[in-house]
Amino acid sequence: MSKPLFLNCRKVTALVLAGEDRRLGFVERVALRLHMQICAACPKFSRQVALMRQAFPRWRAYRDGAE
Amino acid sequence: MTDFARAVEALRPQLLRFARAQLRNDAWAEDAVGDTVLAALAKPQAFAGQSQLKTWLVGILKHKLIDQIRRHGREVSTTTDEDEEDLDGLLFNASDHWRTAPAEWGDPEAALGRREFFEVLEVCVEKLPGVQGRVFMMREWLELDSAEICKELGLTATNLWVLLHRARLRLQACLQERWFGKAATGNPA
Repeated sequence: MSKPLFLNCRKVTALVLAGEDRRLGFVERVALRLHMQICAACPKFSRQVALMRQAFPRWRAYRDGAE
Repeated sequence: MTDFARAVEALRPQLLRFARAQLRNDAWAEDAVGDTVLAALAKPQAFAGQSQLKTWLVGILKHKLIDQIRRHGREVSTTTDEDEEDLDGLLFNASDHWRTAPAEWGDPEAALGRREFFEVLEVCVEKLPGVQGRVFMMREWLELDSAEICKELGLTATNLWVLLHRARLRLQACLQERWFGKAATGNPA
């Protein structure tokens, strides 16, 4: 079965989160990019996840007393 | 008791809180902290004073926590009811669209530049349900890689991704509720 290029928001959210823990495949990345161009909500979610990604190393430093 | 020993002892409660948050088991947490304090008191000369005492102790604690996880990792159950809750169902409607669109969080530095933000994030991490919390902290605090986490806990890669997915969604919701949703009123922590 071929992988669909057009995804709904639930699947896109799952892929955005999966991208934090594994390298996404080529088709997955293309499908994400396509969806982001036609959706107003998912790019915001993606930016939230990016903010959290930036936050974690600094949280570690705050927690461990280095900051 | 030397000043050094007193200073180490003073940090014990904080070390214990970190150990509990990671292991979610009081007895193992006590063991990890006990081992940490013993190791620190056995060679105070290793603490050259170039970093904060807390930072040095937390560095030792992380090794002791990994020892505890190696010893007990497979004794802990890898799911709980709370871990099984379907968060996606709350976020998406029957046609898999957002029930409420995610909010704009704005310039990351506006949040990341504030100490109170990290206090909120800390609370959100500690509120993660057992297995998600343990796995998330192994990843983002102990900085273990996926293969290592799977091996120590006896999880498949897919299990691990599901747990991390749920943990990250919970953190997103918690930050929205406790920080970004309050942005208009000046982020009271």
